[in-house]
Amino acid sequence: MYDVAIIGAGVVGGMIARTLAAYRLNIVIIEKAHDVATGATAANSAIVHAGFDAKEGTLKAKLNVRGSEMMPLVCEELGVKYRNNGSLVIGFSDEDKATLQTLYERGVKNGVRGLELLSAEALRALEPNISKNATCALHAPTGSIVCPYELTFAAIGNAMDNGAELLLDSEVTAVTAENGRYTVTAGAHTVEARYVVNAAGLYADAIAAMVGDTSFNIHPRRGEYILLDKEMGALVSHTVFRTPSKMGKGILVSPTVDGNLLTGPTSVDISDKEDKSTTPEGIARVMKEAGENVEGIRFGATITGFCGLRAVGSTGDFIINNPRHGFVNVAGIESPGLSSAPAIAAYVADLLAADGLALEKKPDYNPRREALHAFREMSMEEKNKVIAKDPAYGRVICRCETVTEGEILHAIRQNPKPRDLDGVKRRTRAQMGRCQGGFCSPYIVEMLAKELNIPYEAVTKFGGKSVVNFGKTKETL
Amino acid sequence: MKHIDLVIIGGGPAGMSAAVAAYDAGVRDLLILERDSHLGGILQQCIHNGFGLHRFGEELTGPEYAYRYEAMVEERGIPAKLNTMVLDISPEKVITATNTEEGVFQIQAKAVVLAMGCRERAKGALNIAGTRPSGIYSAGTAQKFVNMKGYMPGKEVVILGSGDIGLIMARRMTLEGAKVHAVCELMPYSGGLARNIEQCLHDFNIPLKLSHTVVEIHGRERLTGVTIAKVDENRRPIPETREYIPCDTLLLSVGLIPENELSKTAKVPLDRVTNGAVVDQDRQTAVNGVFACGNVLHVHDLVDYVSEEADIAGRSAADYINGLSADAVNVALHTDGKVRYTVPQRITKKKDVTVFFRVSDVFRNVTVKVTDNAGNVVYSRKKPKVAPGEMESVTLKPEAFANATDLNFALEVQ
Repeated sequence: MYDVAIIGAGVVGGMIARTLAAYRLNIVIIEKAHDVATGATAANSAIVHAGFDAKEGTLKAKLNVRGSEMMPLVCEELGVKYRNNGSLVIGFSDEDKATLQTLYERGVKNGVRGLELLSAEALRALEPNISKNATCALHAPTGSIVCPYELTFAAIGNAMDNGAELLLDSEVTAVTAENGRYTVTAGAHTVEARYVVNAAGLYADAIAAMVGDTSFNIHPRRGEYILLDKEMGALVSHTVFRTPSKMGKGILVSPTVDGNLLTGPTSVDISDKEDKSTTPEGIARVMKEAGENVEGIRFGATITGFCGLRAVGSTGDFIINNPRHGFVNVAGIESPGLSSAPAIAAYVADLLAADGLALEKKPDYNPRREALHAFREMSMEEKNKVIAKDPAYGRVICRCETVTEGEILHAIRQNPKPRDLDGVKRRTRAQMGRCQGGFCSPYIVEMLAKELNIPYEAVTKFGGKSVVNFGKTKETL
Repeated sequence: MKHIDLVIIGGGPAGMSAAVAAYDAGVRDLLILERDSHLGGILQQCIHNGFGLHRFGEELTGPEYAYRYEAMVEERGIPAKLNTMVLDISPEKVITATNTEEGVFQIQAKAVVLAMGCRERAKGALNIAGTRPSGIYSAGTAQKFVNMKGYMPGKEVVILGSGDIGLIMARRMTLEGAKVHAVCELMPYSGGLARNIEQCLHDFNIPLKLSHTVVEIHGRERLTGVTIAKVDENRRPIPETREYIPCDTLLLSVGLIPENELSKTAKVPLDRVTNGAVVDQDRQTAVNGVFACGNVLHVHDLVDYVSEEADIAGRSAADYINGLSADAVNVALHTDGKVRYTVPQRITKKKDVTVFFRVSDVFRNVTVKVTDNAGNVVYSRKKPKVAPGEMESVTLKPEAFANATDLNFALEVQ
C-alpha cells in the first residue's frame, strides 16, 4: 500500500515525486514507457520562461513566475545544468512594437523582474547576429535555459534515492476507488494507494475519466525542432523569440545548456497522440523562420530534427485540481510547463495536504543528487583525480562529445537507471554529437548488455520493438 | 612534460604509413597515438578484398593490408599507445591525451602528423521527415555490427547514398542473408567506384536508383518502411514519384567528413571544399611542423593512395625535424569549379609535385588543363571520362611552376 501513486514520469510527475519524497510517504511513480522523460518532456524548447507570456491571474502566470524563481535552487541541489542567459522577444514592425509593449505591461503585472524594451541599436549590441530587419525587442533578463530531461532524471533519481519507487513499462489501464483507497492497474502491476496524482501528460484526460472525471480533455499539438551542431551554439547567447502574432508564437532560436543551438517549434494541432513524426512543411518552416530571426544559421550543421507533442488542455490554463478525495489532476501542462514544474509540485503538495495527506518531514531526506561529472568539462587536475579513482574515466567512448566509459557506467548504475541506447544518450550525451552514435553505439550496446545481463541483440534504442540487432550473423539466414 | 620528436595522431593506414616513412627517413623518437584497442583504423572492419593492388601488387582484405603495415611498425620498434584519445593539440604542438593507465598526459612534439581519418555524415544533416525508429544506421556502423561484432542489424534493407561503404554493405548484407531492396542515390551518378557498382550491386541484382532519395521514414519502434521519390534537376523530390518500400533497415552512405576537430584546436586553417587542412606538397599545414595525410586531409577512394600520401607526410616531417629544406617557391593552386579541389593547395618547394584533385560532376571527353598566372598552359591532357567518385592526379615538373605565383586547374569539356 502506497501513500501516493504518481502516474506519469515526465518533468511534472518527477518534480512532484521529488517534492513529496521529502516527507514520510511511500511513493510510487508509474510510467508506461521504457524510460522516464519520454513524452512532452523529451522534446520541447528547454526554456525557463521569465513569465510575461501568460495572462495575469491564470495558474500559468502564477506558477511560471514562481517556478522560474525556484528553478536555480532546484537545479543546484540536483546537480542539473542551468543557465540564466536571458531572453529576447524581437519585433520587425510597429505592430510588433505595440505587442511588445503589451507583453511588457503584462510581465510587470505578473511580477517578472528586470523587463526592458530595447531599441534596434541596444538589441544589436546584445546580440550582433540578430536579423538586420529587427527593429525592437523585449529583454527579459530572468529568462533561462535548462535541459528538461536532465532535470527529470535528476528529480526522479533524487526521489528514488529518498525511497520512491519507479515502475516502467507499466501502462495504466484502470483506476478504481474503494474503501478510501485506489487500485491502479499498471501493466503487470496492481498498485494500491491512498492518493493518486494524475500527471499523465497527453493521456491525463483518459486517466481522469477512469475515476469519472470527464471535465476536460487533452489534445496533442505538434512542435517540430531542429537541433544544430555546437559549432552553431554561440550564434546567440539569449533565447530569441519572435513577437507573437495571430500566426502564433513563432520559431525561437536558443542556445542549449549543452552548447548546441535549438530552433523551433512549429505549432500544429493533430489528433494522434503517438504521432511524433516530423514533416517536410515543418522542417521547412523552422529553417525559414529561424533564418529570418538570426543570421548565419547553417542547417547543414543539423544534428537531428525531432518532434514533440504538447499536452494542450481544453480550458486554456493548467488543469490542476482535486476533483474527488484522494485524486489530483495535473493536466494540460503545456508551455510554460517546464518553467512552472517546481511550483506545480509545491502547489500539488499543498492540494494533497488540504485533502488530508499528512506531510511530515523525513529526517534523513537528502535534497541533493550527485551530478554526473562530465569529463569534458573538467580541468586536467580533476580529470586525473577521477581517472586515478576509476580508470574507466580515462577511456573515451563517444568521441564527438568526449564521453568516457566511466561516465556511462555511472549513468547505467545511477537512479533512474537507463535500459536502452537512448537512455544512455540522454543521460551522458554519448551518441548525441556529430556522428550520432556512428562510432560509439556498438560499444554502448555491449556495455548495456553486460551491465543489464541481457543478450547483445536484446538491447533496444528505446524499449519495445526498437531492437538494434536481430541476432547473430548466420543465425538469421 | 615529455618531449618527443614526432607524434602521429591516429594509427590507421595513414598514421602507420607516415610513421614507417618517418622512421625510414631517420626519425627514431616517434610515437603513434591511437584511440582504438588495435592499430589499423577502419581497415579492421573492411573484410572485403580490393586493397593493396597499387601498393603491394596484389589483392588484400582490409585487415591484411593493415597487418602489413602493423608488421612494418613492429619491425621498426615504433611505439604506439593504444586506447588513447587525444583531447587537444595546441598550435605550439603540445598534445593532451588520455588513457586508463596514465590518465591525462601532455607531450611536447617537434612535429605532428594528423592522421585521424574521417567519419560518416549522419542522418541529421539530411533532415528527412518522419519518425525516429531504430533500424537506421550509417553503413560503417552496420559494417561494424556485422563484421566486428557478428550481429545482424537488419534483414530488409534500403540504402541511401551510393558511397563506397554503402555499396560494400549492400553486398555484405546480401551475403549475410538480408534482402537489399534498393540503393537510392540523390545525384544522377554514383559517388562510389565503378568497380564497386559492378561487383556489389550488379552482380547481386540490387537496383541502383539514381536521382532518388528517401523522403519519409516510417515506424514508431523499429523502422517499418521508407518512402522514396525521384528528384528533379534541383534535387527536389517529385511528389508523384513517391514510392513506399517496406523495410526494417535504412543504411546511410551519404558522404564522409574528415575528422578535423583536433586540427581546429591546433588552429590549422581548413579548406572549405575538402573539409581538411590546407597543405603544401609536403602535406604540411599552415601551422609549421604540423602535417596531415589520409582521410583527415581529404577523402580518398583507395587506401593505397592514403599510404602514398602518408609516406610524403612522414618523410616531410622527418625533413622538418632534421632541418632539411629545398629551394623555395610560393605558388597558390586554384580550381575552376569543375575541378572541385586540389591537394596540395599550394606549392612551396621546387621539386616534382603530384597534385590530386576531384571533379564536381561526370564529364566525358575532357582536357585537364593547368595554366599559370602568365597564361601559359603548363599541363594539358585529354581524358575520356572523369567522375566525382574517382580521384585524379597530375604530376608537375618544377619547370612548370618555377616562376609562377598561381596555377589554375581547369577542365575543358568538348
